[in-house]
Amino acid sequence: MKLSSEWLLTDSPETKGQALAGRAWRMWLALLGNPLAITGLVIVVALVLVSAFAPWIAPYSPIGQDLENRLLPPSWAHWMGTDELGRDIFSRVVYGSRLTLMIVLLVAAISAPVGLILGAISGYFGGWVDKFIMGVTDIFLSMPKLIMALAFVAALGPGIENAIIAIAITAWPAYARIARAETLTFRKAEFIDAIKLQGASPWRIIFNHVLPLCTSSMIVRVTLDMAGIILTAAGLGFLGLGAQPPLPEWGAMISRGRNFILDQWWVATMPGFAIIVVSLGFCFLGDGLRDILDPKNEGKS
Amino acid sequence: MSKIGANTQNLPLLDQPIFKKIMALIQFLFVLVLTFLGLLAITFFIGRVIPIDPVLAVVGDRATQEIYDATRTAMGLDRPLFVQFFAYVGDVFTGDLGKSVSTGRFVADDLMRVFPATLEMATLGIFIGVVLGVPMGVYSAAKEGKWLDQVFRVLGLVGYSVPAFWIGLVGLALFYGHLGWVAGPGRVDIFYEGLVEPRTGLMLVDSLLAGEWEIFWNAISHITLPAAILGFFSLAYIARMTRSFMLEQLNQEFVTTARVKGVPEHVVLWKHAFLPIRVPLITVIGLSYAGLLEGSVMIETVFSWPGIGNYLTVALLNADMNAVLGATLVVGAVFILINKLSDVLYRVLDPRSR
Repeated sequence: MKLSSEWLLTDSPETKGQALAGRAWRMWLALLGNPLAITGLVIVVALVLVSAFAPWIAPYSPIGQDLENRLLPPSWAHWMGTDELGRDIFSRVVYGSRLTLMIVLLVAAISAPVGLILGAISGYFGGWVDKFIMGVTDIFLSMPKLIMALAFVAALGPGIENAIIAIAITAWPAYARIARAETLTFRKAEFIDAIKLQGASPWRIIFNHVLPLCTSSMIVRVTLDMAGIILTAAGLGFLGLGAQPPLPEWGAMISRGRNFILDQWWVATMPGFAIIVVSLGFCFLGDGLRDILDPKNEGKS
Repeated sequence: MSKIGANTQNLPLLDQPIFKKIMALIQFLFVLVLTFLGLLAITFFIGRVIPIDPVLAVVGDRATQEIYDATRTAMGLDRPLFVQFFAYVGDVFTGDLGKSVSTGRFVADDLMRVFPATLEMATLGIFIGVVLGVPMGVYSAAKEGKWLDQVFRVLGLVGYSVPAFWIGLVGLALFYGHLGWVAGPGRVDIFYEGLVEPRTGLMLVDSLLAGEWEIFWNAISHITLPAAILGFFSLAYIARMTRSFMLEQLNQEFVTTARVKGVPEHVVLWKHAFLPIRVPLITVIGLSYAGLLEGSVMIETVFSWPGIGNYLTVALLNADMNAVLGATLVVGAVFILINKLSDVLYRVLDPRSR
């Protein structure tokens, strides 16, 4: 098996592996042709790398206090300055990437499968099941997300785990809608009938044949939603309801810098840049993936 | 030809247009009521089910068993859950949202007092968003793919990626702290506070009614920055939707015909292409207005703006659950109402969707 572009791009792949590799390669080529998407991909990969290698990248400890060097402006020794306890802001931003990554991954891991399964069940069975699930989904969709998340955290108590749960509770309905719409498009398709005739149970059809087909539009949507999730999590942190001190969560860092905003602007400003860069990265990547994975949207932006 | 406008008297009752309209109205009201009940179910769930023991929260953990039981009965917690829910719905519909622990007043009264401040800021924000966002969308569609379009597109994506509270802080530091162009946090300077009789609760309107020009200009200088930041967030969405609606129109044949006939480009844009998209735009604007009411939570916190968002966050920090749920309920209800109304407005105004 030789790995060349002819082998990858052949119109008649001989094995399933070759077909899959070819598809991935074509997507990769399409991604390369989209500068915004590449920028987004670079940012997201950088986020993963920074959080993986945080101890090697950060020059100082994220929680070690150094009261003699408090509130120093950005310099060569402290790229982003220091905060009111003398902690190096750059190191805290680097370690904070771990929290951000954890939040988005967990929210996606909770809400996407729930939405996916509910949507697929709703679309596949139709009738009263559909009416009920979509009724509940619509009610959740017409609620203001941030306010709902705030109220849930208020009841559950502040903390990063509860913030993740609260955001996940508000995130799933959008995924259920998409999965249902996708399922409806091929519910009556011949290949589904063929599997049915072979005696497959509805659950087998949903899990093995319907869900895999929904994943690409789901990936796009989740990527696009990442920015919103990051902003909500940072907002909860800013209000003191998300990650608790001394965790270097970006929103909570901005909140601490609030008192110094007029004189020591860097304390609040620097973590904000990290949030913007990462959110933009997910937006760009999601936008690009939508163009690539979703042929229905071709030509639109 | 007369058949089209034919009299409908001969039609069976079920096909009468007026009957269909009434049915649509009933269906709309049914969905609306159901959604409100859903909202109430969620706030009920948050308030009475998630906390492990609401009685303990009231009496403390050193109360005797008798006090505990008496409180439990007084709070109605010994009844089945669905009975409790209907009691809650009844309370809400009679305007009883309970008492706030932190302000010591009824939550409903508190909310009435703070809501106008939010309304004032969100309204000014949506005004800014529409006035800037619609032309931005129209011109990006006209220059599709050109640099102007790209700049607006990136600006729109930035609107989705910037934390509202951060841009509020930075704006405050820059325009208030360093440049001194606008006034700082709050609705008016502290020495103007309470000088204007609150007739509508809207500071700009009240100061005008009282003829207090000085206070009016002071209030303008306070509201400009937070409203502009709110407006920026609605602008991103409005511009993006305007652009995609416009692109759809500009690809239609009647636009090509108009261009071939030599109609000036600005007439093609604003008359031929823009007029048909007014109706869907109303829905978009309605949705962003509802979104601004929600977005104001963060902005109000940063600007110490005495609106519903600030009330909510202060209540959150004091674990004042009645106030939190009351504010959630009001914001949620307004959000739902605007959402559904813009949907209906769309159907009423657009003849194609009838």
